[in-house]
Amino acid sequence: MTAPTNPPVRLPCGSIRLRVNGEAVTLRPSGALWLEQHQTLVVADLHLEKGSAYAARGQMLPPYDTAETLRRLTQEVTALGPGRLILLGDSLHDGQAEARLAPADVDQIDRLAQGLELLWVIGNHDADGPRHLPGQTMDEIHINPLILRHEPLPAPQPGEVAGHLHPCAKVAGKGRSVRRRCFATDGQRLILPAFGAYAGGLNLRDSAFSPLFAKPPIAAALGKDQVHLIGWNQLVADR
Amino acid sequence: MERPAPSLPPTLPSPFLDWFASKGWAARDHQIAMVQRAKAGRHVLLIAPTGGGKTLAGFLPSLIDLSQTPASERPEGIHTLYISPLKALAVDVARNLMAPIEEMGLPIRVESRTGDTNLSKRQRQKANPPDILLTTPEQLALFCAWDGARAYFANLKTVIIDEVHALHGSKRGDLLCLGLARLQSFAPAMRRVGLSATVEDPDRLRRWIAPRPEVADLVLGTPGAPPRIEVLLSDQRVPWAGHSAQHAMAEVYETLKTARTALVFVNTRWQSEFAFQELWRLNEDNLPIALHHGALAPEQRRKVEAAMARGELRAVVCTSTLDLGIDWGAVDLVIQLAAPKGSSRLVQRIGRSNHRLDEPSRALLVPANRFEMLECQAALEAVAAGALDGDPPRTGALDVLAQHLMGACCGEALSSEALFAEARSAAPYEDMSQQDFDDVLSFVSNGGYALRTYDQFRRIVTGQDGLWRVRNPQTAQRHRLNVGAIVAGATLNIRVSSGRHGSARKIGEAEEWYFEQLTPGDTFLFGGEVWRFEGVSGMDARVTRSADKEPKIPSWGGTKFSMSTHLAERVRDMIMDRDHWQQLPGDVQDWLGAQAAHSAIPAADGLLVETFPRGGKHYLVCYPFEGRLAHTTLAMLLTRRLDRLGVAPLGFVCNDYVLCIWAMKPMDGLDLDGLFQQDMLGDDLEAWLDESVMLKRMFRHCALISGLIERRFAGAEKSGRQVTFSSDLIYDVLRKHQPDHLLLRCARADAAVGMLDIRRLGDFLQRIVGKVRGISLPKVSPFAVPVMMEIGREAIAGAAQEAILEAAAFDLISEALS
Repeated sequence: MTAPTNPPVRLPCGSIRLRVNGEAVTLRPSGALWLEQHQTLVVADLHLEKGSAYAARGQMLPPYDTAETLRRLTQEVTALGPGRLILLGDSLHDGQAEARLAPADVDQIDRLAQGLELLWVIGNHDADGPRHLPGQTMDEIHINPLILRHEPLPAPQPGEVAGHLHPCAKVAGKGRSVRRRCFATDGQRLILPAFGAYAGGLNLRDSAFSPLFAKPPIAAALGKDQVHLIGWNQLVADR
Repeated sequence: MERPAPSLPPTLPSPFLDWFASKGWAARDHQIAMVQRAKAGRHVLLIAPTGGGKTLAGFLPSLIDLSQTPASERPEGIHTLYISPLKALAVDVARNLMAPIEEMGLPIRVESRTGDTNLSKRQRQKANPPDILLTTPEQLALFCAWDGARAYFANLKTVIIDEVHALHGSKRGDLLCLGLARLQSFAPAMRRVGLSATVEDPDRLRRWIAPRPEVADLVLGTPGAPPRIEVLLSDQRVPWAGHSAQHAMAEVYETLKTARTALVFVNTRWQSEFAFQELWRLNEDNLPIALHHGALAPEQRRKVEAAMARGELRAVVCTSTLDLGIDWGAVDLVIQLAAPKGSSRLVQRIGRSNHRLDEPSRALLVPANRFEMLECQAALEAVAAGALDGDPPRTGALDVLAQHLMGACCGEALSSEALFAEARSAAPYEDMSQQDFDDVLSFVSNGGYALRTYDQFRRIVTGQDGLWRVRNPQTAQRHRLNVGAIVAGATLNIRVSSGRHGSARKIGEAEEWYFEQLTPGDTFLFGGEVWRFEGVSGMDARVTRSADKEPKIPSWGGTKFSMSTHLAERVRDMIMDRDHWQQLPGDVQDWLGAQAAHSAIPAADGLLVETFPRGGKHYLVCYPFEGRLAHTTLAMLLTRRLDRLGVAPLGFVCNDYVLCIWAMKPMDGLDLDGLFQQDMLGDDLEAWLDESVMLKRMFRHCALISGLIERRFAGAEKSGRQVTFSSDLIYDVLRKHQPDHLLLRCARADAAVGMLDIRRLGDFLQRIVGKVRGISLPKVSPFAVPVMMEIGREAIAGAAQEAILEAAAFDLISEALS
């Protein structure tokens, strides 16, 4: 079965709309995925409380990453008014992260969860899911023809939407290069960029991505207010 | 000031007198003076030209003291600690010091300790300290963070700091000065001795070297004969633009042939590669000419230095890597290719030649373009007048203080009062406020965040006694891995691919950005040879030998130094003063005359602004003569303003003298006084800075130095790029949530001084108030030609990142998904 061949479209808001396994999806400049027909917003790899995890080991990174990540997430929820919000795994940086959340950040998550269905897909960093925070914990979610899970399965998986790998696109310009978080898709499956403020990135040219795609994927790189589609041949490896 | 000379010449102990006599020497006045000041227990700064026996003068009091006390009666521990900015110098001084010690048969043990010293030797040095230890500022910082330091240095008598002029005005100097304060608390009677080349303001160094509020005594060496400097008046026309001095290379080569050994200084590594290649192209006599710059592999540099020391070379093309360092007696000529950018640097470089004080050093300045012709003439006159560049005032960096406080608390438990008093005894920090100190201490402890969520994770903690100490040994160990105030940019090793099997030979290293602009197959110049770039793997740029004579990628790039304020003034004055023109070569005089005829000669205290159309665009060219850094800042700010004024600026280019902006619409009718109003340093500057990549880079340096992010984890050094990435994320979050955080303040302060030259720009804008003169021209003026020839090498930075993404974005239709 092949997906319809509608070309990708740039929307006035800077998003890109394209098809994954035949389903129309919207790639937001924020790094969120918007499934309009299902009124569902998806973000991956929030890594809440990554800063305090480092602080506990003696590296005093600014403790504002959770607040910043939630601020950007709230912006998306406010802009789109989804009925369902899916956090696609590694939402919490580690098993103790929930206990380290500042009260104000807990309140913010409570507010976010009001009036929508909040689903926590578990990831490798947060295998148990949250204990006290609102929402429901899931292993994976089927939204035909898509299947949403944290860690992509090896070999091509038509319809799979995953996170975990934190893809980044690097483009060489004249005399310098730019490296940005990106979506990665071959039209069959989609890997989301990390949404968390302190989440690092893995170059899409890294070999970790090669088993996932039947043909070279394109990158949808996050610009300031726009998503930029970048072909495989334009991408460069980190080194 | 210097104390009056003693009426009776004091004598040295007899072994020393005999030794001097055996060499056919007499102790010099400043050497005797150093012995006297030591007897009086004074801190002292010795300023003497190279070759004046400066190092021996520094060590002489220690040698005498040690020679007069039998080893068995001496207290345990280091007697004299010598600190040099260069590892190589520490090793070389050790060798030179051994000569008098061995020849006099003195029972003195001298050892060196640098980053290269192996572990077993370091451990032996700790267990069994030598009498004299020669080391670097970074090693001192490590000592300070060691819990045995107080006992180890308890009997330290003297600390000698070499090349103070090169250290004091930097973060490295800040860290060293704090380290000296630490040493002083270990050994309160310790004497500080500074050795320096000639500087514009000796009093500043006298304060820097002493524990404040004391001031070190000043001892002056005999000045050498005044140098003989000439500016090369080429038979060729001096080019309008460029930095290569290619036009004069044949004349440079002919001059080399007249010298025994010459040092050929250039301002950048790529210039050195170019000059080296050009000279070898001309080298029919097969003179041994070598190349020396910071990117070459250390073994290769050492080979060149050793060959130089043996007198086997006729010339070395070099960068600032040879500004300091080992004395080579044989050098009798210094050539400066392209303008020296400052009179102090020129004096320093000239001083590398002819270390016999009674003979003048000989130097040749080779201007690479017309403005440099003026600049070289100005530098020559400045040196003749003994006028050096003043250093801008400096206050100690707070990220450096953070590192130091952490280190101190790794060494021992200390009260915040003691730490504050000790830090204020270091000259760069003497005016530091209690508030700044408290902020730094809080940063070291819990990150200094308004949101105090990290109190449970403090890196340093107070005990029942109220003293600060490191939280645990692991934290101390991590700190020691991150010591130092030198932050290198991300560099790649350049390795020669040798077939399929590994063992690729390393020929040097270069900045990552350089390779980002290359694609495999490109050829470039390095180490005097043309290489083919094959690709990058891991930390290595792989290259193969190329048969090409000419590299495909030119190594352009002007100077990394900005012209000094002092020299800029001289150049401005020279242009104004028509009588002065006669000392310039004919084509430069013609050029000045043409400028006067077609436009105007820039006034010394005002600003000339020319506007003219060209090729469908409109240009604005002005002549501040304030150096490239200040010009770049000014251009960024002007561009923002011009954008608001609706003239649609497209780009700008700057050099040390001129800046040029081009736009879609004419700029003739603009209110120039308004355009150049001083308030641009307020909101416009803030707004621009917030978007600039540069501030992120500054932040990364501060984050590394202060210990917020780590240089390396036990063992493997993180690659520079990885650090850059994470520090950018931190920067973005911190800027949004705590814009007044200590490290953001540090980054802004560093940018203002190091990259933006804000002070200089501010002075300039104030000076030209009401004196901006606009001239609307039908076409480009003679003075504007050089800068116009540099167009195409820089672009507006603001939107550049997005533009790169836009350019790469593929045609949505042609490459649609299927």
